[in-house]
Amino acid sequence: MYASGTESLIKQAREIQEEELQKFYGRISKVLQIKDYGNETVDSLQRLHLIVSATKYGRTIPSDLHKKLEALLSSPSSPEQLQVLCSCTLRESMPVRDHSLSAEDIQDSRTISHVAAVILAQVGHKNDLDALCNQLLKSLECRQPECQISRHTLPILSKVIGFSPESLTEDHINLVNRKLVDWLRYASVQQGTSMSSGGFFTGPRSRQPAPMTEVDGAVAGDFFTVLCVGQSYTEDQWMNMYAFSMIRKWLLTYDTEGTGNADAAHLKRAQFIQLLSQDDKSEVDGSVMSMVSATSSSSRLLPPKERLREKAFEYCHRLIEQSDRKALKKADMELQKACLVEAVTIMDIICKEDPSFVYRAFPCIKALYGRLSGDLALARAVLPIAQFYLNHSETAAVDSEAVFRQLFSQFPGELFNEALLAYEFTQFCRANVGVLCEGVALYRQSFPNLLKFLAWNSPALISEFMELLPSLLSPETAIEILHSLLDLPCLAAALDLQLRSASLQAPEKTLWDQGPKVPSSLEAFRQPFYRGMFLYILRPEAGTGDTIDRLSMLHEVLADMADSPRSVQCAQTVPVLLHLFFNTVVQFADKKLINQLVLILLERSGLLFNIRNYKTEVQRVFSSHLLVLCKLHPSLIVEQSRELLEFTGTTANIYSKEDLYIHMVWVIGEYLSVSHDARCTVEQITSFFETLEAVLFEITQVRQLASPPRYSPRVITVLMTTLAKLASRSQDLIPRVSLFLSKMRSFALSAAVTSCYSEEDLEEILTRAHELINLLKLPSVAQFVLAPSARGDSPRWHRDTNASLPLSMRTLSSLLHKHGSFQHC
Amino acid sequence: MVQCFLIHTLCPVAGLPDGGSRVLFSRVFGPEDSALTGPDPDLSPEEKRLLQKEKVAVVARQVRSACSLQREASGRPAVEAMLGEETAAMQEADSGVLRLGAGDPFPRGGCALWLAVQALGFTLVCQPHENLLLAESSLRSLARICLENLRLLGPGSEVVLKSDRIEAALHRLLPHGQLLFLNHRFGQILDKELAVYMAK
Repeated sequence: MYASGTESLIKQAREIQEEELQKFYGRISKVLQIKDYGNETVDSLQRLHLIVSATKYGRTIPSDLHKKLEALLSSPSSPEQLQVLCSCTLRESMPVRDHSLSAEDIQDSRTISHVAAVILAQVGHKNDLDALCNQLLKSLECRQPECQISRHTLPILSKVIGFSPESLTEDHINLVNRKLVDWLRYASVQQGTSMSSGGFFTGPRSRQPAPMTEVDGAVAGDFFTVLCVGQSYTEDQWMNMYAFSMIRKWLLTYDTEGTGNADAAHLKRAQFIQLLSQDDKSEVDGSVMSMVSATSSSSRLLPPKERLREKAFEYCHRLIEQSDRKALKKADMELQKACLVEAVTIMDIICKEDPSFVYRAFPCIKALYGRLSGDLALARAVLPIAQFYLNHSETAAVDSEAVFRQLFSQFPGELFNEALLAYEFTQFCRANVGVLCEGVALYRQSFPNLLKFLAWNSPALISEFMELLPSLLSPETAIEILHSLLDLPCLAAALDLQLRSASLQAPEKTLWDQGPKVPSSLEAFRQPFYRGMFLYILRPEAGTGDTIDRLSMLHEVLADMADSPRSVQCAQTVPVLLHLFFNTVVQFADKKLINQLVLILLERSGLLFNIRNYKTEVQRVFSSHLLVLCKLHPSLIVEQSRELLEFTGTTANIYSKEDLYIHMVWVIGEYLSVSHDARCTVEQITSFFETLEAVLFEITQVRQLASPPRYSPRVITVLMTTLAKLASRSQDLIPRVSLFLSKMRSFALSAAVTSCYSEEDLEEILTRAHELINLLKLPSVAQFVLAPSARGDSPRWHRDTNASLPLSMRTLSSLLHKHGSFQHC
Repeated sequence: MVQCFLIHTLCPVAGLPDGGSRVLFSRVFGPEDSALTGPDPDLSPEEKRLLQKEKVAVVARQVRSACSLQREASGRPAVEAMLGEETAAMQEADSGVLRLGAGDPFPRGGCALWLAVQALGFTLVCQPHENLLLAESSLRSLARICLENLRLLGPGSEVVLKSDRIEAALHRLLPHGQLLFLNHRFGQILDKELAVYMAK
């Protein structure tokens, strides 16, 4: 597809020599001079465009050629292709100093658009657009029939108001408001006359203008909208389409009432409607009235802004009616969906500005929801409806339960694999996160379902969920969410199975008896025996508050999915979510919750889906947050001593969860102390000491000769230090630990160890042992050095808490040393 | 409104760093809001242009990465369509959307809607709250027109040499970045106009 020829063309265009380029400019200038607009000129202009656009760095076209291109662009008689080429070349090249292109005096519709494209692309200051803006508005004001309004007037205006809304004065705004009303509501309902002159016998005169039809072929029942089909369209019908395309932006920009003004406008409007008995539907000449026109309220005397609101509302109402028709063409079916989204959104904007519309809108919106709720193919149109309910159901005292139930249960459950819906759904949640948390209980309750979007589309949605996750977390949901995050790769795998299973035919025979053999994940998914597990992992709502017992069996069953790219991608997003989880939870967690979290860390650190690197990454996150949790609630060491003893006493944990193990041992040394919890007893200290001593003994003595150690030297130094810390708090233990430490030399020098650890590592172990022995010789000093006060972080020795000990010891010895030398002086 | 439309590569290109994407066509619908309200109102035209090109390149790279992750996850084998098999290629196309945060790289943010036809990406950068259903169908129409009229499935280089055809299509289907509610008849009339243009 992408040919190397193209690549080399781009390269050539970038690297063209200055001399050659000037010659090329000259040649084009010459052919334009003689008005030769043949194929060769087109070809040259195409190359010129490539040359100016292919590089990041702007090229300046010589001013005489520049002027010629502008002249060609601005001349209505130029062929369109040349105008297009001039327009895009001028946009890409550097503007000429002290000269700007002007759209003044250009009447031709197409030419204005191509010229405006250049002006818009090179605008530097707001004033640069004034001339263009004035000209467009002047053409709108013109009442003469020969006065041509550029079809692209509205798209250009739309661009201008996005850039500088203040370019339009109040009068301008009123003018456009009036024109928009005309185009939206009073475009002709007859088809435009066809361009063809008819056959030999049928002159153009004999052609009767045919009425517009609806998308299902029926004769249009009411005023013209974008959902009306005809062989050809009149200018005002084209403008109707452009007007509707930009109306949302227009309303958002200019339909805002100043504060305090809204009531007055509202009152004014109510008065008008009361006063006027005569309807203004007579403006629609002779067309069949549909529901919308028949109920159209009097609005002729309303100020332009209110009148536009009224007419836009009617337009949307009609679109919603028209969308119920069965479209004959697929393109129109798609357009119906897009129109529904737009219409409901515009109604929402109007209702926000003038709440009196809410009562008129709700019957229509409600009926629409009734229509859409049964058809998942229209799910994306339900999102703006949900937004409407969220914004206005309270005003109208309408029950919104059913809408949100469908939104949070059926959509994620059945449409998780639709990328666009997933995106729009999460945007909906992001935009309304505050209201959803407070007003829609179902939102938090449905987190297992919401996570399906993430599990399936994890790379695309991770940043959305980084914003949503904190809103889902509460003391009640935290534990279950933690389990769900850890199980996210399993969820991705299960969703995959759900889809695959649904696409397969029903199994030919029942799969009751499979014996002890582990079936493939897809088979397992369809076996009743495993159903409970899959129901749990695919549950729509929170409720268990916890996890299930047979998680390891689920992992085993899903083993053949562990390498699937989707599960792997999903697993890669989990660590970052876990960080966010812990950072959020610690803001509200009480002691009970912290205790529970630490137990889950211990339990789940080994109970994870077997994806490459997943366990290691998760354990790393656990380790860093263990420190934070212990710091927040140091008593947890005493409160959970049984579980911690079990974990740290199991030597196997060193091999499978080294990082977490090291951190666990460290927090024991740091926080198992009377100064952190008065309930801490000598017996507790001793039992931790003995457990850790046994572990250190086992890994340094028993296996010493068998094989080289399979753990990092940090395990040894942390264990030694923790033992010394504990001993300093229960001084009967000092001789035991000193003796033990003195034996470290023989360990460090054994062949198996030296072959495996670097010299620095060995030195580190020996130095640490030596330092600790010396320190423990002075128990009162040791107690101070090895047990920083509870507020020990006020003079921060070092940012890394793990490294604080050597540093504090060094500082202390240097202080002592200085003190000594000072005495000598 | 649409901020920009681009066509870019999704395959490795010699001379580009890993994960890079060659932008073959880009049309930014200026002006950007930042031109006046952003942090650098005093940039020279040259600097503004450079900034704009870089922004487009950032989007192209992000789309390439999003697309390759999605293709990897779906595990569907790639089907090679040849010149003349545009309809099949469009049916097989992957699509997706990614959010662009405010200032990353466009000042007001928005989203990049993409359609991946084999090694080519078609991307619309939409402003926030744009009607994505409408944007999707516009993007499909544009991609179809480009595939058919620039022979993108073939080995030629029309995409860079005849880019005025893309401009002409944008001029009709996405004038100044405005998405249009075109029913099938409006669409056919514009298609016919375009066919006249392409025939030249």
